[in-house]
Amino acid sequence: MTALLEVKNLVKHFEVSRGLVRAVDGVSFSLEKGETLGLVGESGCGKTTTGRCILQLERATSGSILFEGRELTTLDQSELRAVRRKMQVIFQDPYSSLNPRMTVGQIIAEPLAVHGIVRGSAARAARVKDLLSRVGLLPAHARRYPHEMSGGQRQRVGIARALAMEPSLIICDEPVSALDVSIQAQIINLLEDLQSEFGLTYLFIAHDLAVVRHISDRVAVMYLGKIAEMADRKTIYDNPRHPYTKALLSAVPIPDPELEMKRERIVLGGEVPSPLNPPSGCVFHPRCPIAVERCTHEIPVLRDLTPGHGAACHLAEIA
Amino acid sequence: MTKYIIKRLLLMIPTLLGVAVLIFFLMRVVPGDIVELRFSGETSGVSKETLAIERARLGLDKPLWHQFVTYMTGLARFDLGTSMWTGAPIHEEIKLRFALTLQVAIMSTIIAVLLAIPLGVLAALKQDTWVDYSVRIFSIAGLATPSFWLGILFILVLLVFFKWLPPMVYTPFWVNPWQNMLQLIWPALAVGYRYSAVATRMTRSAMLEVLREDYIRTARAKGLWQKLILTRHALKNAMLPVLTVIALEFAFLMGGLVVTEQVFNLNGLGLLFVESVAHRDYTLTQALVLLVAASFIVVNFLVDLAYAWIDPRIRFR
Amino acid sequence: MATVETFADVPEASAAARWRTFVVDFCRQRPLGAIGAAVVLLNLVVAALANVISPYDPLATDYGAMLAAPSRAHWLGTDAFGRDVLTRILYGSRTAMLVGFSCAFIGATLGAVIGVTSAYFGGKVDLLIQRVMDIFLSFPLIILALAVVAMLGTGLENVIAAITVPMIPRAALVARSSALAIREMPYVDAARAAGFRHGRIILRHMSPNVMAPYLIMLTAFLGQAILLEASLSFLGLGVSEPTPAWGLMLRGAAVQFAESAPWMAIFPGLAISLAVFAFNLFGDSLRDALDPRLRTQ
Ligand SMILES: Nc1ncnc2c1ncn2[C@@H]1O[C@H](COP(=O)(O)OP(=O)(O)O)[C@@H](O)[C@H]1O
Ligand SMILES: [Mg+2]
Repeated sequence: MTALLEVKNLVKHFEVSRGLVRAVDGVSFSLEKGETLGLVGESGCGKTTTGRCILQLERATSGSILFEGRELTTLDQSELRAVRRKMQVIFQDPYSSLNPRMTVGQIIAEPLAVHGIVRGSAARAARVKDLLSRVGLLPAHARRYPHEMSGGQRQRVGIARALAMEPSLIICDEPVSALDVSIQAQIINLLEDLQSEFGLTYLFIAHDLAVVRHISDRVAVMYLGKIAEMADRKTIYDNPRHPYTKALLSAVPIPDPELEMKRERIVLGGEVPSPLNPPSGCVFHPRCPIAVERCTHEIPVLRDLTPGHGAACHLAEIA
Repeated sequence: MTKYIIKRLLLMIPTLLGVAVLIFFLMRVVPGDIVELRFSGETSGVSKETLAIERARLGLDKPLWHQFVTYMTGLARFDLGTSMWTGAPIHEEIKLRFALTLQVAIMSTIIAVLLAIPLGVLAALKQDTWVDYSVRIFSIAGLATPSFWLGILFILVLLVFFKWLPPMVYTPFWVNPWQNMLQLIWPALAVGYRYSAVATRMTRSAMLEVLREDYIRTARAKGLWQKLILTRHALKNAMLPVLTVIALEFAFLMGGLVVTEQVFNLNGLGLLFVESVAHRDYTLTQALVLLVAASFIVVNFLVDLAYAWIDPRIRFR
Repeated sequence: MATVETFADVPEASAAARWRTFVVDFCRQRPLGAIGAAVVLLNLVVAALANVISPYDPLATDYGAMLAAPSRAHWLGTDAFGRDVLTRILYGSRTAMLVGFSCAFIGATLGAVIGVTSAYFGGKVDLLIQRVMDIFLSFPLIILALAVVAMLGTGLENVIAAITVPMIPRAALVARSSALAIREMPYVDAARAAGFRHGRIILRHMSPNVMAPYLIMLTAFLGQAILLEASLSFLGLGVSEPTPAWGLMLRGAAVQFAESAPWMAIFPGLAISLAVFAFNLFGDSLRDALDPRLRTQ
């Protein structure tokens, strides 16, 4: 069975006046149909850019992106249009991701009409109603403008818009980060329900490990444009091998207060270095608690420790 | 800084070139040509040959690309050629009229600045009082009053109340300053009012911006003069946008005075432009348009330099 | 599935209600702007009903009453052909409104679309459009308008074209700078990710969101277009006789007979000033109301 999405050696550099921003610097992963890959890392590490490259909102500097067996990076505009239906996105900010001049109904109906998914305006109105109820909204919401709704409601509209295209892959770019904690769980549950109902595949982006714990089958941890560690959920949470993953995990609160008290906290020193001027060798070495001399000049590759568990650390076995 | 100046200078070239090309082709699209117009007065009918000979004399028989190349090579040598209508060298045609228009433009600028800066500053210091409202109404009215109508009113008032009209013939300033002023002060006033309106509004908003700065608010200055003295330094930077509108308006006056010139019977650049277009005098029209556009582009360049000089960050953008 | 927060709603406001609130707030907070709007409306009514409310036929000459001073019969006097000045001013508002609204609307709209397109594509397309706009911007408005008149000839439609052309690059400049921010909005990305065509994204998703600067430009252009039309007509290069137009009424005889028949020179000019004044008053207040950030500019 071939993967639904296969990203190989994706590189995206931005030219800015002060130099080259290495936003994504050699990222590879694949997604099987129906699974959820959590992509986690601190803000600025290149998660959004990775997602945008897959969606072809940015042209990759190099690397390959295979979606349903087709290479996306070489498609022209009209070929892309057809592929795009199958690949949708949910954004972080529910306030700016909906066109303020369109009603919810128009927002959801537009892709149905443009792509000829549902013909006839009455049929489209019915489908809009149906989609709204699937995401937990009321038919009456179709007449609303986005600014007349709460953040959680808007995020549901964003989900309905993505669903309207009947996609196979949805890239969720921190879909709950901007929401109240009480609403976050609702949205995540909704995404899970929809996944099983429609057989969706998710690339789920988040900036901490707590959020993706529920929903992910596998987790990839990113640091400064590279993947530091990638494994199935259980392995990442129970047996992390990369010091960065460990540090991130130690920041995740544990429900059990006794365990919470006892465990050690790894606090990373310093700031995330600028992708304009990444450190030599292992990009993590200036902040790494266990770095040795080798880490300062030799770039660690992502290598399999056990099948399906990769880490980009020279000391993955000893640590 | 030198690098920035050179970069900006180089950027001017394509724009000027674009203007030159645009006006060249625009003129050829205009229906009718100079030869037809020249002989259109003669009732007896002119033979085809006469027209052809005249066309050949003006180089209009050549293919378009040939005319274009001739024109561009002339420009490259800073040679504007001769007027097709009068046969005189173009720089001779333009010289006096340029002096006249330039003088009116400078006088209007002086009037505008003298009105705008005090009024704008006053309105800002007295924001939302009757002073502010009066100044704003005065300036909105300035934007609404056509300067040619204001000119007509001036003439009317001078005629009815003083039984006097400004001199009709242009006397250069260096020949007789008094005569010269008597003639040109009226158009300058008519244009200056509108112009001052633009500048007053800009001054007011720039001043308000400065007043909003924290250190001035915390200083809690009550008196007008106190406020003014406190803002003096900040004002220098805030005046940049004011300088910009004044400079750009000035540049536009080089060609934009045409209606006022008509009212006061002044033989300035604007009327020359109207005439030259009416005559389909290609060479003269092209030269005038280039002159007007170049003034604008150069003024723009100087404004940018002023900005870069005051705010070094701009250079790196 | 828990949907508790779904129904804890922001109250729904109908479009009509929101519109009404805006108008009421506008009138209350900006009385000057409201007065301007009232005069604009009055102008429009006069333009629409000119044939009903005018005392005379605007084209009817009366050689028995040439250059007649204001009187009971002719409130604002007559011109050199004995035509009633008041009637011609009332009809002139038709020309002014027609030219003003068409130019402002076409100019601002085309300019906005060009500006938004430029911002949307960015890169080389943006650079090219910017350069072309620069070229047009380096002509004074009136010079460019005169060039277009020379090309097309005089007459109402040509005057409208002549005034519209120089407005386009000015509108494009303003629209582009607003659209640059819109371009980065996730909803534009969403539209791109949905596989919509460029034209749809530019027209449906970006353009409506530069509405505030668009309206501000539109109102600013209204006054400018009326002034420009008056100027062109005054030069004899705009609307041509015997069409009643304010600028045209100031041409020729009005100056020639300024001393003996000053009403010919005064009243049409007043009409221009008043109309443009009202448009500017309204435009300024509208700008303040729509965009608080622009308040002082
Ligand atoms: N269009 C762009 N131009 C220049 N730099 C960019 C651009 N987009 C993103 N970046 C930079 O790339 C890096 C990664 O950004 P992003 O992918 O948004 O990170 P994340 O989503 O993980 O927070 C950041 O340093 C960001 O500043
Ligand atoms: Mg992000």
